[in-house]
Formats: sequence, structure tokens, C-alpha cells
Amino acid sequence: MKKKVLAVVLASTMALALAACGGQAAATSAPAAPEAAPAVEEAAPAEEAAPAEEAAPAEEAAPAEDAGGDLISVGFAQVGHESDWRTASTKSCQDVFSEANGYNLSFVDCDNDSAAQLEAVRSFIEQDVDYIIIDPIVSTGWDTVLGECEEAGIPVIVIDRTIDDSDKYVSWVGSDFLTEGKAAAEWLKAYAAKQGVSEINYLIIQGTTGSSAQIGRTDGFREIAKAEGWNELDAQTGDFTEAGGQEVMESFCKSYAGKFNVVVCENDNEAFGAMTAMDNAGVTYGPGNDVILISYDACTAGLKEVQAGKITADFECNPLAAPTVEKVIQTLQSGGVPEAQILVPDNWYALKDQIVDFSVDGNAQSMTEVTDAVIEAQY
Amino acid sequence: MKLKPWLLKVKKSQLLLPLVAMILVMAVNIIHDVATGAGAFSFFKITLQQTTSNGTILYGRIIDILNRGSEAALLALGMTLVVSASAGTDISVGSVMSLCASFCCMLLAGYGVSSTNDLAVPLVVGVLAGILMGCVCGAFNGLLVARLNIQPMVATLILYSAARAIGLLVCNDLIVYIRNDSFGFFGSFLGPIPTPIIITAICIAILAVVLKKTALGMYIQSVGINSKASRIAGLNSKMIIHLAYILCGLFAGIAGIVASSRITSADSNNIGLYLEMDAILAVALGGNSLGGGKFSLAGSIIGAYTIQAITTTLYALGVSTNQAPVFKAIIVIIIVAIQAPPVKAYIRKRSLNKAAKEVA
Repeated sequence: MKKKVLAVVLASTMALALAACGGQAAATSAPAAPEAAPAVEEAAPAEEAAPAEEAAPAEEAAPAEDAGGDLISVGFAQVGHESDWRTASTKSCQDVFSEANGYNLSFVDCDNDSAAQLEAVRSFIEQDVDYIIIDPIVSTGWDTVLGECEEAGIPVIVIDRTIDDSDKYVSWVGSDFLTEGKAAAEWLKAYAAKQGVSEINYLIIQGTTGSSAQIGRTDGFREIAKAEGWNELDAQTGDFTEAGGQEVMESFCKSYAGKFNVVVCENDNEAFGAMTAMDNAGVTYGPGNDVILISYDACTAGLKEVQAGKITADFECNPLAAPTVEKVIQTLQSGGVPEAQILVPDNWYALKDQIVDFSVDGNAQSMTEVTDAVIEAQY
Repeated sequence: MKLKPWLLKVKKSQLLLPLVAMILVMAVNIIHDVATGAGAFSFFKITLQQTTSNGTILYGRIIDILNRGSEAALLALGMTLVVSASAGTDISVGSVMSLCASFCCMLLAGYGVSSTNDLAVPLVVGVLAGILMGCVCGAFNGLLVARLNIQPMVATLILYSAARAIGLLVCNDLIVYIRNDSFGFFGSFLGPIPTPIIITAICIAILAVVLKKTALGMYIQSVGINSKASRIAGLNSKMIIHLAYILCGLFAGIAGIVASSRITSADSNNIGLYLEMDAILAVALGGNSLGGGKFSLAGSIIGAYTIQAITTTLYALGVSTNQAPVFKAIIVIIIVAIQAPPVKAYIRKRSLNKAAKEVA
């Protein structure tokens, strides 16, 4: 009897839990297993996705309608919703390709299922949309379906992640982690020159090993570092987490006490951890102190630390690709040929005194000064 | 060759294996330090360090091991009891840690707030609620295992996958940052000593006293050896197993608070990730049989710190911590092999032969 009562209680509890989760089941299942997603960007700068300000340029380009006054139909096969970064990317697309802007968006969240994504693209072909946007979950296996798009005469625009085994698309729009790494190093070069720092001994706290953000940022930074003859003391992974950054930095502070003057963290969360560890080792960092702290991501929390004078410079990975995609569509509408590879403009952030002129691959860069308004506007 | 009595005691002791493993890891460090020209014992050096935020603190690799190993040690305490009483493992502890941390931070920050400098409720309320959440999770696991007789691994698989997701739900899918020094206390320093070390020491002391001074330890072992016989002998087996799971949840809750206090935030995706495996490994490393019954708390604790020592050693050697699982695997292979019946039989046979020869 007792068991039966228990079983009933248990069953009803579970039913309740299921009901309570129902509405948000989709939203929680993915983040619960973030490693499962071979994400191009790293997990979640933890801020709310509100890219309203960034989407503003779209409104200026509002009269995007066809000659006949019809809406331009766009199909978007998104990866899923595994991180805040991804949510920001989706929101940016939905804001830009709104009916008010002259678009009719068919949005499919593929929940990290590549078969579902192929299905979504085929359904776009059946709907005979004008343009297809794909953020490919996997980089291969695309040639057939992209061929079908080509036959149907629908231009395909690839965003964020890349397609490796087919070139049957118009453009790729996304961020380049390699450029982010190079930008950080080039900034450091210019800043060190300004400060009169002649010898650079740096430590890298890397992201999750093998993620494209880790590879790009590490390689980009090292490329310049090698050319400049900087000394890399050590590199160790912090798994893009604050706890990881803390533990790695704690050890670095002991192994290389007094030997390092630059710490590069491959995302903001690692930088937060490194800051705690350096505090406890009596190492001072940030503008005007012993150690130059460089971070990537530039999420809102990161920018606050820049403003507080702790992170010396922060290099963004911009999730808001949609405004750039819209420009590509506009070019196609007017019969032009867009570039095959277009980078979403990333911003580099620092305080006023840390802003220096530098260039990446010959392109002059401009930096953004962190102010309250900038932090407010960040996704 | 006759061994001295105390050496014989050590040889027979269950602690031999974990101690040897620990010494092995330390030896690697000594060799490395000597090879690189640092002093032979520079790994063990503990100094006083002036910090920018916490006054003067104890500083050194050994402190790091004790500090960073706190969560694994806390989990190992509960895991030892669970393994002993139910002959099964609680694989949900890592996820439960994350849930407790999320729940605590959500209360402290208020629902849906992603970053705060002020606490919404008194610190004590949030922390106790977080720990209580651990007990509730433990009670749920215990209910399934003790009362419904579900296999421990299957029963705890539910919270293993669900607790982390519930944590995300509680935190509205955000990392909740609590940038308030009072919350950071559990992960920073009390005087010169890292608070996690103190918390762990207190937990170990209380549990050890309870197990020694009451019959609970004996009850747990007897239930683990034969729960039916224990019941017939007058023990409430189900209650004792249930209690073991509740205690396991309690320690997971405390570990969760410590982990989130270290980073003054609730990172549901990452707190306690894979830590349940470290806890189980610690129990095995401590010479405890995963088949239940007799247990050694000291062994599990040494095991937990040995695992952390491996990670810290890899940092000190400059080897990527991605390789840590490989070294853990090697240790597991050795332990499992030593505990395997054929190997045990071989060792016993050899020592018997030796004894026979000595007699002859």
C-alpha cells in the first residue's frame, strides 16, 4: 500500500514537472548539453539578447520591396538556440527581415539536427522563397541540396559557420576568429610601443581545445607574436569557463611569478577567473599596471570590467550578421554581384587611454571607447 | 624478511593503495623540480603571499591542491556512504551541485536578474536554501533507490540529466553573476586559509565524529554487506540507504555553494561538470569496493586529493590538462587490476608460498 501511494505521488510529481517544463522544454534541452553542439562560437556571453540598436541600419534601408510591392521572401535555417550568442543571432535576423522592412521571413530552428536542416532547405525550395540563408550545422554534405537550390534559381547565403564541400552559394557572412586573434596582437604591438614596453612575455588561457574560436584566436595571436619575437611562456586551456580561468591562472602565477607581463584570455569568463587568481597572487593588472589583460567576446559583463579598468582591451565576436546579409540581398536585388566572403564588423573595445591606431593585414582598425552607452547597447 | 609491526599494519591497511598513488604523483613533481633546477621540494613550499584583495594568504601548490580538491573531497564523502550502503553510485552529484548553485544564486539575485551587486535575500537564506535543495535532490534519489528498489545508476541518471536543465530553468537560461564580496567568502579566504579547505575540514570532522560516535557507520556497512540480513537483525535498511543518499545530496549542495562562490556566479552549464566521475574515482582510489559494504572515509578523501594533485601536477609540468583523463585512466586501470579477483588470488598465493618457505 505504502509503495503504491509513493508511486502515485512520484508519478504525479513527474507529470507536474513535465507540464511545467513543457513550455520551455525546447529552450532548456539544448543548453543542457552544450558540448554536443560543435559550436562555432563559444558558449554564451551571459547577457540578454536585445540587439535592437544594432539592427537599426536595416530600417534606413527600408524600401526593400520588389518592384511590384511584394515582400521579399527569405528562408532562414538556423542551427538551434544553444547559447545567448545564438539567440542574439536569431533575434538579429528576425528584426532585420521583418515585414516592416519589406521581408517575409520563414524561420526554422533546426535544433542542431543536420538532417532537419536539409529538410528545412528543401521546404524553402518548395515554398519558392526568393533567398535562402543557412547557418550550416555541419560543414559537409551540402553539394546536392545546394545544387537543387541552384536549379530552382534561389540564391543561398551562408552565415557564421562554413560549408566546405560546395561552392554553390553566393556569399559567406561571418566572423573571422583568426582576424580577432591578429587584431589583439596588433593592438598589443601598438600599445606596447606607446607604453615603451620593449619585452613581451605572454601567457594564453585558451578556450575549449579544438573549437574554431580557440584555434582562430590562438593562431592569429601567435602569428603576429612570432613575427615580433614575443616570448610565449605557456598556453593552457580554461574551457571558456571562469572556474577554468581561475585555476589555470592560479598555477601560472606560481610557475611564472614575475616573468609575465601579458595575459591573453580567449573569452571574458576566463578573464574574470584570471582576475581573481591574479588578485590572490598580488599581481596587478589592467591599464597602468604590471600586466596587460586581453580578452575576447566583449559581452556586457566583459565591457563592464573594461570600464572598471581591469581588462585592458576586449575584442568582440559579433553575432549580428543579419544587417550584413541584408546588404548582400540588396546587392542581389539590384543585380549586383556581392563578394564571396564578407566579414561581419567586429568591434575592438578599450578605455580612451588604451585606444591606439593599428592595422590588421594592412587594414586600419578603429577602436570603440567603452562608455555607459556602449555597454547599454551591447547584446 | 620480517616487516616491522607498524609497517605490516600499513601494508595490510586499505590506505596503502591511495597513499602509494598520492606519493607517486608527488614523486613526479619532485623529479620535475630537480630536473628543472628548482629545489627538490619547491612543489611543497608554502609561503605567505601579499594579495591585492584578501590580505596575506597561504600560497603554494599544496594549498592549491587542498583548495581546488575541496569539491571533489566533499562529493567523495557522500559518495562513499552511498556506495557502501547501496552498492551503487550516485551519478547525479555533479548536476545537483549545479542546481544547488543556480538555486542559491537565483534567490540571492532575484529571478531573471543576470547580474547584481546587492543581495535580494539575506546571504544565509540563499546559502541554506541551496544546501537544502541538495538534500531534497538526495532525498529524491534515495526515494527511488531505497523505497522503489530502482538500480542506483538508473535512479540517479534522472537527476544527472535533469538537475542541470532545471538549474538553467531556475536561472532563466542565464549565467547569474553575484558580484558581492559576502557571497564570495565561501570560495575565497578566511584569514590566510582558503575557506573551501576549512569548510571541507569541518564537514570531514563532523561526519567522522558522527560515524564514530553513533552506530551509523556500522549500520551503513552492514546494510551494504547484506541488507536483508540487516533488516532481519532489526535495522531499518531502507531508512539507512535513504539517509545515505540524503547525506550525499547534502554534501553535493555544500560543494555547489563553494563552486559557485569561487566564481561568484551560477554557471549552470559548467559547475560540477564531470565531477561525479572524480568522486566515484576517489572512492575507488581510496581502496573502497564499489560493491558496497566496508568503507574507509580517509581513503576516499586521499583519493579525491590525489585526483586534484594530478591536475595540479599537469599544470606545474606545463602539460595540457586535456591529457588529465589519460592519466586518470592509467590509475583506474591499475586500481581495477589490483582489485580484480585473479590478481588478488595470485598475490595471496605468492605470499602463502613465501610463508610456507619461511616455515620450511
